[in-house]
Amino acid sequence: MDIVVLVKQVPNTTEVRIDPKTGNLIREGVESIINPEDRHALEAALQIRDNTGGKVTVLSMGPPQAIDGICEALAMGADRGILLSDRIFAGADTWATSTTLGRAIRKIEQFDLVLAGRQAVDGDTAQIGPQVAEYLGIPQLTYVQKLEVREGAVIAERALEDGCEHIEAPTPVLVTVLSSLNEPRYPTVAGLIDSTRPRAPIEIWNGADLGVKAYEVGLAGSLTQVVKTFTPKGARNTQYLEGSPAAVAAQLIDALRKKEIRLGE
Amino acid sequence: MNSGLDYFGESHHILRQTVAKFVEREIKPHVDEWEEAGEFPRDLYRKAAEVGLLGVAYPEEWSGFPSDIFHEVVVNEELTRCGSGGLAAGLMSHAIALPPILAMGTQEQKERFIPPVLRGEKIAALGITEPGGGSDVGNVKTRAVRDGDHYVVSGSKTMITSGTRADLVTMAVRTGGKGHREISLLVVETDSPGFSVSKKLKKMGWWASDTAELALDEVRVPVANRLGEEGAGFYGIMHNFRKERLYLSLMANITAQMALEESVKYARVREAFGKPLTGFQVTRHKLVDMATLVEISREFTYRVAAKIGAGMNAVKEISMAKIFSAEVCDRVCHHAVQIHGGYGFMREYLVERLYRDSRILSIGGGTTEIMKEVISKIIL
Repeated sequence: MDIVVLVKQVPNTTEVRIDPKTGNLIREGVESIINPEDRHALEAALQIRDNTGGKVTVLSMGPPQAIDGICEALAMGADRGILLSDRIFAGADTWATSTTLGRAIRKIEQFDLVLAGRQAVDGDTAQIGPQVAEYLGIPQLTYVQKLEVREGAVIAERALEDGCEHIEAPTPVLVTVLSSLNEPRYPTVAGLIDSTRPRAPIEIWNGADLGVKAYEVGLAGSLTQVVKTFTPKGARNTQYLEGSPAAVAAQLIDALRKKEIRLGE
Repeated sequence: MNSGLDYFGESHHILRQTVAKFVEREIKPHVDEWEEAGEFPRDLYRKAAEVGLLGVAYPEEWSGFPSDIFHEVVVNEELTRCGSGGLAAGLMSHAIALPPILAMGTQEQKERFIPPVLRGEKIAALGITEPGGGSDVGNVKTRAVRDGDHYVVSGSKTMITSGTRADLVTMAVRTGGKGHREISLLVVETDSPGFSVSKKLKKMGWWASDTAELALDEVRVPVANRLGEEGAGFYGIMHNFRKERLYLSLMANITAQMALEESVKYARVREAFGKPLTGFQVTRHKLVDMATLVEISREFTYRVAAKIGAGMNAVKEISMAKIFSAEVCDRVCHHAVQIHGGYGFMREYLVERLYRDSRILSIGGGTTEIMKEVISKIIL
């Protein structure tokens, strides 16, 4: 089974700090890592490949330094890495990113399964997987916590809010995974060193390689524009109510009424 | 090497990051528990092997990449950074047990003994010290008497790192009369009848490493397990000591470095008489003295490592490095505990363990006194 895994380089923190003046993410001093859930997607791909054969291709879009994530993926066992990097891809929203990734997957041609993490820790949108599937016109299975492959199909267990769902879909199919799916392996030292050698199987594709127009991708191709980013002020005005339970209840009701909060109506 | 100033290149950097991550995720969260338990899970060998840590310094066919002495430096330093010298010593006990096999063994012996250890399936230990003597290697008493195509080995070994669960022990035995020319090295497989672990030893430091007393009662060891010629053991052991002493020097430097870091951290936040400890000149100067010693010791050890890596003999230099670094470590750890005051005496502070772990470094792998004898023979 030939598998494409979508990986994203993200800052190594789930609490991304925002510069209060500019509203931008503060990336200085924060190490970049493969998005945690994408590692689980990669692990799933490697396990399937190890059992059934085929090839695992890792696909990432980002600035040149995102190649570090691809190196790490190769050191974990991926067969091929492709980095989509071009200034015209910059500033992309999820729509433009999905378009770019989708074009790249079409260029890869041979694939039975596309795997991705549920969402990235820096954006938390969970839109890329589904939008790529839409772009490619293939089925999508999201929030997957168990995955099994059969001839020409995959069977997945999706985690839902109030239970889980077993679902089967024909290949080619896109699956987004949760961290409960597996325990990702470490990259090996030998693999990491190999991945930095000139003969490492890494390709870098730009806009021309994908045959995209500048207005289709990046900021220009985005349907949404970020107007402002800010940290909401979290200041609280705590008021302590004291006295017997009945007195506290009375004070509480008065206080809620004063704030025009309606009760039980 | 990136520049004339740096012993470490990109592959060393990658290795350092990998080991550091492994230590952060697989070791640090459990290290206090393992210290108290007196050992760490056997499974950790397999995990370390999967990442490729155990194979560093071995031929590319087993390790997967060509390595030099500074790759060994990196593994040693970053593992020691877990804060438990015992864990580093136990997990890497093969680093002193396998080199004689690599240096003196036949191709068949290497293939048979080395890969299972580097895969984390088997544990290897080095067995030299006996109840009656350690540093006095030429006086080993464990006897190996030839009987056909076997040796019958009887005697005891003590203070053997990883001894309680080792699968193979590279062991110094006496195959003839008196003197160092009658000592041979045998690979003793511990599932052989007559082999037993007589005691798990309790120690001042290095708690997470299991240390054992071993008893051999007419253990039959195939002659095919002998490394090199009969009587060639002493030189094999001596050759091995050079690397072991380098590892212990590196360990001393990192232990001291951590004690320094902990002290700086503590002195910045701990207040006395209305100001932080760093507000007192006596503390600042003490920290500077500690930092100076650590820096000098590390730079000298790196230099010696480079000489060993370049194939130079460097016996005098490595002996000096071991004396100096172990002494620096003792002194820096002493001051670190002093700066921490009563907290430095408490188990929950890292410096308490570093202080205890430091003490073995001027004893193991040849005592400071033996180092001085070695050096005196060279310079006098």
